[in-house]
Amino acid sequence: MQTIYTDVLVIGAGLAGERAAIEAATAGHSTICLSIVPARRSHSSAAQGGMQAGLGNSCMGDGDCPDVHFEDTVKGSDWGCDQEVARLFAERAPIEMRQLAHWGVPWNRVVPGKSTYFKGGQQFEKVEKEENAGLITSRAFGGTAKWRTCYVSDGTGHAVLFTVDNVCAQHGVEVHDKTEAISLIHDGETCFGVVARSLRTGELITYIAKATMVASGGFGRIYPNTTNAVICDGSAHTAVLDTGIVPMGNMEAVQFHPTGIVPTDILVTEGCRGDGGTLLDVNEERFMHTYEPEKAELASRDVVSRWMTHHMREGFGVKSSYGDHLWLDIRHLGEKHITGKLREVYEICTGFLGIDPIHQLIPVRPTQHYSMGGVRTNKDGAAYGLKGLFAAGEAACWDMHGFNRLGGNSLAETVVAGGIVGRKIVEYMEGTEVLFNSRIIDETYAAQKQRIDDLVSGRKGTESVYKVRADMQQALHKGANIFRTQEGLEECVDTLQKVLERARTVGLRTNGKGASPELAAALKLEGQVKMALMVAYGALKRTESRGSHNREDFPARNDRDWLVRTLAYWKNPDDMLPTLQYEPATQVTEIPPGDRGYGKMAVISSDDSKGKEG
Amino acid sequence: MSRLLKFNIFRYTPQDEASVPHMDEFVLEETEALTLFIALNRIREEQDASLQFDFCCRAGICGACGMVINGRPGLACHTKTRDLPGEITLLPLPVFKLVGDLSVDTGTWFREMYHKTESWIHTTKVFDENALEDRMDNEVAENIYELDRCIECGCCVSACGTARLREDFMGAVALNRIGRFLIDPRDQRTERDYYEIIGNDEGIFGCMGLLACEDVCPKHLPLQNQLGFLRRKMGITAIKTLFRK
Repeated sequence: MQTIYTDVLVIGAGLAGERAAIEAATAGHSTICLSIVPARRSHSSAAQGGMQAGLGNSCMGDGDCPDVHFEDTVKGSDWGCDQEVARLFAERAPIEMRQLAHWGVPWNRVVPGKSTYFKGGQQFEKVEKEENAGLITSRAFGGTAKWRTCYVSDGTGHAVLFTVDNVCAQHGVEVHDKTEAISLIHDGETCFGVVARSLRTGELITYIAKATMVASGGFGRIYPNTTNAVICDGSAHTAVLDTGIVPMGNMEAVQFHPTGIVPTDILVTEGCRGDGGTLLDVNEERFMHTYEPEKAELASRDVVSRWMTHHMREGFGVKSSYGDHLWLDIRHLGEKHITGKLREVYEICTGFLGIDPIHQLIPVRPTQHYSMGGVRTNKDGAAYGLKGLFAAGEAACWDMHGFNRLGGNSLAETVVAGGIVGRKIVEYMEGTEVLFNSRIIDETYAAQKQRIDDLVSGRKGTESVYKVRADMQQALHKGANIFRTQEGLEECVDTLQKVLERARTVGLRTNGKGASPELAAALKLEGQVKMALMVAYGALKRTESRGSHNREDFPARNDRDWLVRTLAYWKNPDDMLPTLQYEPATQVTEIPPGDRGYGKMAVISSDDSKGKEG
Repeated sequence: MSRLLKFNIFRYTPQDEASVPHMDEFVLEETEALTLFIALNRIREEQDASLQFDFCCRAGICGACGMVINGRPGLACHTKTRDLPGEITLLPLPVFKLVGDLSVDTGTWFREMYHKTESWIHTTKVFDENALEDRMDNEVAENIYELDRCIECGCCVSACGTARLREDFMGAVALNRIGRFLIDPRDQRTERDYYEIIGNDEGIFGCMGLLACEDVCPKHLPLQNQLGFLRRKMGITAIKTLFRK
């Protein structure tokens, strides 16, 4: 057994993990990031739009500040967020953007003088101030009162990740890539590190650490159609929920984006619709205006996704070998606009679909996009239930997003939370002595070895990894999608429980030697089905609609009964359902629940005296 | 009926003592808008669960899926089968260490490159949380980003004649990286500092100008311009150095 000791161990080498690692390393602690892929391939690199921070440098962002950013974030969350955390985030974001500029991020800058911009397909003029020349500029995004999104052309995530990874290399943060954590090591009170599997050789390696952090991104791959990278499969989450002690927060809060392309679910930007693109059905007719006469295609993400799905259910979807889809039409915007302002969309269409969007329609469908849920932490990023375990970024439910995330807030969260939690880890390290129990380390290692032997030998059964995985994905897709009903969710939970039984009897088709991809998929499968059940069961129990969670049978946001965060535990590995508990959505309320200002919605006020039990 | 595609795929698992390097043949019916990403996943899920290959973002952004496609290094995610003949041969990228089948270890190679080029901003300035950011001309920022767009897929290195001949050649990707820092006003390194890193046969003077790096770059980076720019700059630095001695 190879054992590696380090002060701080980070699972994931994307922006949140590496940002925290820099804090640990510069404080003098040895720090290792584990990553399934080379660090710069992390899904952070795919974020194109930008990072929200209330700098207020550009003229359209004039007067912006953390207060306004905070308010937008709380409203955007549909009051599901922890307001203390949203406040921390908004205050810290501008400093973090400047820190990134110091490290080398080539942020786009304010160019003084006149320029033009488009809104709703029309052209307007703006004048940037001379005194702000050369400061970090910003662009427009949905759901914000000001232009607040700091950006690097159309490759913000890429540029920031490369810079942060450079700083990691500079300060001696080691990245052990092609290495996947498969189990936490813990004694029920404290986390001691992980057992990991090398995706180069297949060997098991034990990492012992004083502090362990989960920063592994989202888990969209439990759905069949997602904009997430193939590595966003929740494997680190499954290691956490296996502890039985650490809860997942708000797993039912799943964001869908209206325009993933078919077949590969790559995202095409909301800018297409913002600039005047339309959605068409099988008859090449518009339909959004019949459902949302005022906003039509420009309604919020959740609303558009809902109506698209509804329209396809009514039989107006376009049949294809990859399932039903609809069309996005940007042809009328013209060649200049498409190859200029929508260059990235043009490249995706020509490069991945072989479609020329100047003359052809783009096949799209609503697609899983972001997981607001994840490892529940307090405002310091410390996971509930286990000392020495932390989480940040999309992997965590820190919870500044509540039930709906605003665009640009997730990429900013990675570095802001990474910095805050990284400093908290340093504080923890300085005030804590950790005693490692070698028996528990050996036992965890042996248990993982046994799991692998069972899978390779087929001792527990011969179910196919990929078939079980596909059935899990289909069940979620069918029952816990954009529209949710009691009936659909009950059926989904029921199906997933059958899938869970099968997941426990998986056996490999291959010998599992070397970096075996089949073994890697098999090791996380049971945990993934458990996460799927957390999503579906949490959604079944939450009898209201809030943000991305839409119950057709409970269309109102119910602040009286549901201004709470779901905590989902998997207490016993053999359980067939998660155990759900609830906690108040926020301890501190700066802004009491009110109207979001977009999307028509009934609200059952928390003042309503007919509260549910207690 | 649509085409039946024949895939010839390189197979070898170094950790499996029974494994011998060879080519395997798979047949798949072509569907609309089929990419190699979809095709390879289908082969693994339906025909051979042991097949190793790398994909990550599957959207041409992360660079994970570089491989040799019918003789040419490229990204498998944005390669559509309709642009290829009915027989498709897939090989792992050369130069990088083989993990298994089509999967190679680019991570180690690139990590060494960062350390060789000291791929970070060298500055004596200390970050001040309470100060405004240093101002920068937007055009300078955009020029830096143009060179920062590299996704480290490894295609340029795999296609490079010099890199195939000598292991220590840094390749276009490393030289492009130096170019990125050279134009960044925040980096206080001098031309002599850069000369110490790339002013030799491992660096800028090793390039034979065969142009393949730029031909295969999936991001269409201006690698040859960059190499020419650096060669002139380093050449002048070399002459200055000679006279100073």
